[in-house]
Amino acid sequence: MTDLETRLEDRLRGMLPADADYASARHVVERGTNLSVRNGVVEPPAASHDEGVMFTVWRDGGIGYGATSDLTDAGLAAAVERASDWAQATAGRSVVDQTPLLHTVGDYETPVAESFDSMDLVDQIAILVRADAAMNVDDRIVDRGAAMLRYDVETLLITNGGGRVAQRIRQVFPDLHATANVGSNTQTRTYGRAAFGGQGGLEVMAEHGFADAPVRIGEEAVALLDAPNCPTGVMDLLLAPDQMVLQIHESIGHPLELDRILGDERNYAGTSFVTPDMFGTYQYGSELLNVTFDPTVAGEVASYGYDDDGTPAQRTYLIKSGILQRPMGGTISQARAGLNGVANSRASSWNRPPIDRMANLNVEAGEATVDELIAGIEHGVLMETNVSWSIDDSRNKFQFGCELGRMIENGEITGIVRNPNYRGISSTFWRNLTGVADDFTTMGTPNCGKGEPNQVIRVGHASPHCRFSAVQVFGGEA
Amino acid sequence: MSVDDARERFDDLVTWATGTLRGDEVLLASLRGENSDFVRFNHGAVRQAGSVQQQSLAIDLISGRNHAEGSVTLTGHPATDQVRVAVLLDDLRAQRAVLPEDPYLLFATDGSDSERSVLGELPAAADAVDAVSTGATGNDFVGIYAAGSTFEAFGSSMGQRNWFDATTFNLDWSLHLRGDKATKNAYAGTSWDEQAFRSKIDWSVRELVALGRPPKNLPPGGYRSYLAPAAMQEIMGMLSWGGFGLRAHETRQTPLLRMVTEGASFAPAVSIVEDIAGGVAPDFQRAGFQRPNTVQLITNGAFDSHLVSPRSAQEYGVATNGAEDYEYPLALAMSPGSLPAAGLLDALDTGLYIGNLWYLNFSDRTACRTTGMTRFGTFWVEGGEIVAPIEVLRFDDSAFNLLGDRLEGLTETAETILDSSTYEHRSMESLRLPGALVSEMTFTL
Repeated sequence: MTDLETRLEDRLRGMLPADADYASARHVVERGTNLSVRNGVVEPPAASHDEGVMFTVWRDGGIGYGATSDLTDAGLAAAVERASDWAQATAGRSVVDQTPLLHTVGDYETPVAESFDSMDLVDQIAILVRADAAMNVDDRIVDRGAAMLRYDVETLLITNGGGRVAQRIRQVFPDLHATANVGSNTQTRTYGRAAFGGQGGLEVMAEHGFADAPVRIGEEAVALLDAPNCPTGVMDLLLAPDQMVLQIHESIGHPLELDRILGDERNYAGTSFVTPDMFGTYQYGSELLNVTFDPTVAGEVASYGYDDDGTPAQRTYLIKSGILQRPMGGTISQARAGLNGVANSRASSWNRPPIDRMANLNVEAGEATVDELIAGIEHGVLMETNVSWSIDDSRNKFQFGCELGRMIENGEITGIVRNPNYRGISSTFWRNLTGVADDFTTMGTPNCGKGEPNQVIRVGHASPHCRFSAVQVFGGEA
Repeated sequence: MSVDDARERFDDLVTWATGTLRGDEVLLASLRGENSDFVRFNHGAVRQAGSVQQQSLAIDLISGRNHAEGSVTLTGHPATDQVRVAVLLDDLRAQRAVLPEDPYLLFATDGSDSERSVLGELPAAADAVDAVSTGATGNDFVGIYAAGSTFEAFGSSMGQRNWFDATTFNLDWSLHLRGDKATKNAYAGTSWDEQAFRSKIDWSVRELVALGRPPKNLPPGGYRSYLAPAAMQEIMGMLSWGGFGLRAHETRQTPLLRMVTEGASFAPAVSIVEDIAGGVAPDFQRAGFQRPNTVQLITNGAFDSHLVSPRSAQEYGVATNGAEDYEYPLALAMSPGSLPAAGLLDALDTGLYIGNLWYLNFSDRTACRTTGMTRFGTFWVEGGEIVAPIEVLRFDDSAFNLLGDRLEGLTETAETILDSSTYEHRSMESLRLPGALVSEMTFTL
């Protein structure tokens, strides 16, 4: 560490303008590691070190930020000045003019059972080499790969009112893919399409059976080549947890983001069919639907103690017994809307300001077994692992596709189908939820995009298998 | 830090790092940075406003066929940055020592120096806020003003240096009437012209008037349609997702697979080129290779050439044409046709005028079948006259249909679209696209 990097916290605190209505410095260091093996070739490891500071200043009804990777005294001072200039330039013309933000003190760190530091690089790569090789089950496998993406993110938030929140989050996203081809028929199977990530260390690799998955993934990719196209029709639909991730994300998560409801995202990510008057009364789903915002779930991707505004995070029901309870909106959005929300004001890094995001958004477990849900289907399909997602800008008309379908006839799985897709409308789809299993599985996604300027953030989702009735199902081209 | 200072310090840093190399080590260094202002608007007021100054240096440390890659943010302070780079080099050296040889390693060993600056004269940030706020008066204005300088550079221990910088602005906005009824527009370039901005706002306001008519709720089915350039941008975005890259073709994951396996083609009117010379992206890439002025991707409806990264070139035994690893076009241009803009609605006659599409994805990738939604400024047209806005519709159709036998024509002018994307940094991608008239587009929901 150089002299310039010593006493950074003291230097940041000393630069916060004392006369501002509110001021903060958010320092973020993100270290990333990407290991991958493709078709038997170890690809060059990629390590990243991303570090910078964002100053935010609220003064006289204006708000501004200045972010910089220049951590010299001069660089930091210039960033504070830019934040102050923006506060002055926006005074009297901002969407919000008084800060509701708090000066919180606290800390949080991801519990790690088995650190990656306990395994050297050669052994980590060996895991991927073995996984990659194991997927090569057939000559029709034309592409395969195993990868492991890790993030170690340290955030320090300091405010001019004595606030100090320090957090360290460590996330792991293992990934596998096998692609099989014959002629114009190409089929790919993955390890949950990166959904089987989590917080922690090496234990995340084992949580969803990474070691045993490669052979199955290779065999299923090949089997899909000979499988019939998914049939077209209205039928029961059973979604596996690694498709529920997407279903929750797109048709519950985004519509409940309060900044969308307030209109902030209308030029980019879109608006929401949900309106402020719906909270407390709207029947979002059947009475089997219980959805929580829960940053307290151990090991889930987006667990944390505080959001990036310093608001303490806690488990909160967003939908209870099918009834909409509250939106996902941070402290600023809550003040704008006059609604209760949650601690979800998050930034993708030091160079972007916090906005309302998902964190851990979970469908709570039911009481049925997966077998019982299958047994209750006379004619339907089980879909696994998202491959395609599209939804309108109000988050209502959706169409999603999966890697693999399993036909269900008279309560039993009868075989696999390829190119399974389904479409529906959010506001009616969840009311057709007819069964929730007891196999609560924690997952997430590393790629949720939103915001202007754009931000990609990592979010968590947990869900059991869920069954829906009367869904429009269809396949691909013949 | 000024762009000139950033360039000088990058050069010094690569020279310094070269001096620390051991044995036969080779260093490839890529810089990406920006000094940007971002102002976000909602309801015509400012939601968030601020500035971002950032620089990140990516390094590939090579010895023989062994190498490891890493990146680090730079402060701009030479002593601190030298320490950071030294730490990174030590890490990469340690990794490289235990890694097997990489058979697909390829980098430029005789590349030439280059420099390109896209100069701009931008208003002071506060003045831009004044101009936008004034222009937004009386309207529900939502959007983002992004402006400033961006720069990219390549340097190697073999002495090669390449530099690119651009000073640009991009105001991307929508005016909203009610619910999802809104009109979309953008004003981007290198120098702010108040009159040009005003005329674009005026166009948005006029379209808003048309959006005020009672919306038409169309049932699913096939409709004759005109896709405006902004809608074509979404279609091209999907084609670009594996459509032109060599690796996607070789691994049979390309959405244009039927061109490879069955000789399928688009209509003869469709020609698509990667037009680096006509775009605003750098003409060099991270392994030091130059990008040619153009790469012909689709010629008269038939597949022509791939985008080939150095890694794919080595894997598949062909020459690289300077694509990055993801083999995605950075300056895609589609040849215009002969449809005059003035007679566009007459040519459409009765059908859909689609201003924008939204959230596209493949419903059957290998068939190039794509689904997505209508959005912003989409109208029902009868007898060559706009009748009503529509409630949003979902389409599900193959580009082999829309750009194939159902393509009736392309507009005689192509519109330049500067990508407004700001993920991690401001995008330097662009497109030049005509509008397309199709005899039928399939809508499903």
